[in-house]
Amino acid sequence: MESGIDLQGSAIQLLVDLGVPTPIAKVLWLPLPMALMLVVATVGVLIAVWLERKIAAAVQQRYGPEYAGPLGVLQPIADGLKLLFKEDIIPNLADPWLFTIGPAIVVIPVFLSYLIVPFGQNLVVTDLGIGAFLWISLSSITPIGLLMSGYASNNKYALIGGLRAAAQSISYEIPLALSVLAVIMMSNSLSTIDIVNQQANHGILGWNIWRQPVGFIIFWISALAETERLPFDLPEAEEELVAGYQTEYTGMKFALFYLGSYVNLVLSALLFSVFYLGGWSFPVPVDTLANWLGVSPALPWVQVLTASIGITMVLVKTYLLVFIAILLRWTTPRVRIDQLLNLGWKFLLPVALANLLITAALKLAFPVAFGG
Amino acid sequence: MTLAEGTQLVSFGVLTLTTIVAALGVVLLENIVYSAFLLGGVFISIAGMYLLLNADFVAAAQILVYVGAVNVLILFAIMLVNKREPLAPLKNGWIRRGLTALVCFGLFALLGVVSISTPWSVLPEAPNVGDTALRLGQHFFSDFLLPFELASVLLLIAMIGAIVLARREFVTSSAVDGDDNLIFRLPERPREPIAPEPVESK
Repeated sequence: MESGIDLQGSAIQLLVDLGVPTPIAKVLWLPLPMALMLVVATVGVLIAVWLERKIAAAVQQRYGPEYAGPLGVLQPIADGLKLLFKEDIIPNLADPWLFTIGPAIVVIPVFLSYLIVPFGQNLVVTDLGIGAFLWISLSSITPIGLLMSGYASNNKYALIGGLRAAAQSISYEIPLALSVLAVIMMSNSLSTIDIVNQQANHGILGWNIWRQPVGFIIFWISALAETERLPFDLPEAEEELVAGYQTEYTGMKFALFYLGSYVNLVLSALLFSVFYLGGWSFPVPVDTLANWLGVSPALPWVQVLTASIGITMVLVKTYLLVFIAILLRWTTPRVRIDQLLNLGWKFLLPVALANLLITAALKLAFPVAFGG
Repeated sequence: MTLAEGTQLVSFGVLTLTTIVAALGVVLLENIVYSAFLLGGVFISIAGMYLLLNADFVAAAQILVYVGAVNVLILFAIMLVNKREPLAPLKNGWIRRGLTALVCFGLFALLGVVSISTPWSVLPEAPNVGDTALRLGQHFFSDFLLPFELASVLLLIAMIGAIVLARREFVTSSAVDGDDNLIFRLPERPREPIAPEPVESK
């Protein structure tokens, strides 16, 4: 498999040619992918918020935001600016330290997880050997932040919301990890790049969604529960808990929670597309297409085209999933807390375990199709 | 000194400092909630140490198990009990504290002497083990098979114990008799009412 475009190598080479010493060129390159990923995550959230508002309006037969920019696309920026200028209130009897640290602990692991999201063979911040496992372990830090902000608010709704959020996130982490484990078993690697490459051979037919029909449903349900989207948004159930752990928050601290939840949604959709929908691969393999058209895949302009198609495919798949999540949010009722925990522990966990065992058996029996 | 070495040195210093400060906070702070949160900080700092030692899988497992499970469970226990009761000061409490400090310092001194006097066989250069998850798996299923399986049996025992402890019979004898004013209550813990109890009518 050809490596595609090597941005890092080219950029460092360019700087060296300009007369910069090699070590300094490397240092100059280091922060660029990270900053770019932060920008990608934030812009992704702005788009997701705009989609949320527009689709919610369409579901409810309204127009939705209309005046801020064409079709209201600037509305999320207006929302953000509004939150930026609001007064930052810390309630009188709240614990100021924990109250301030809580939102940060919720948001930082989510942004860190973008380290492993690949947009192409080399278009990733770092190709870690423990990629998928890093995401799972980072997402287990979030409940601590939720408990912290729920406790520090000194408000019973906030405390109950925080406890609910933590309980929910712990219960659904296990089926999530087990469904990811089945995918990892088929690709023999924890690295997200290897997981995509393992699906890349037969176009759309090679994607894991066909080999993991149960696994992807478990993953999607658990991901919705982890991101606290309806039908699993119990931690902030308005009718019962005002806004759950966010009740006492205003201004930028509230914005952090808001941002964090949407970043997490987009991240889950991105990883769903990586684990089950072939990541950056086109429904027909790009190399095959190039052969049909009679051009060599090694030509520079073909490589640029391939990379652009890859990024576009990742984004198309991701926002298709975000669209499904939003549509689910505005069409399904909320489950009760006992139904939520029963679904997680008594249904999803055994099914995920059985799925793992069956995948292992199939891997032994048909090593050709299941990555032996 | 290259950039990587400098980064490692600075990270090592920062991690050492956070580990020690957070661990002291866990022991010395009065508020048990702060202690629990700082314990999470200790675990994360130690995960950072593992990262510095090239043990990336162990670092991620440390975060998943200790921060994501153990620490969250501790926090849950604290917040569900949530009994803010000022403890009565003990008579001659300083003797206990002094004795504790003495024992702890003795242990620390012992461990320090052992770690300094042991002739560690230090490799001149860290070997590149490649995929750490792969190597761990190979060791778990060859030369470390028995400890690995024993640890899983231990976890199984703990789980069965927890289930036995948590299982309670909720249906009291009055439910069998058909009493209408039945209140389901856990036998062990009488609850304190949050609001003044409503007047019982009928």
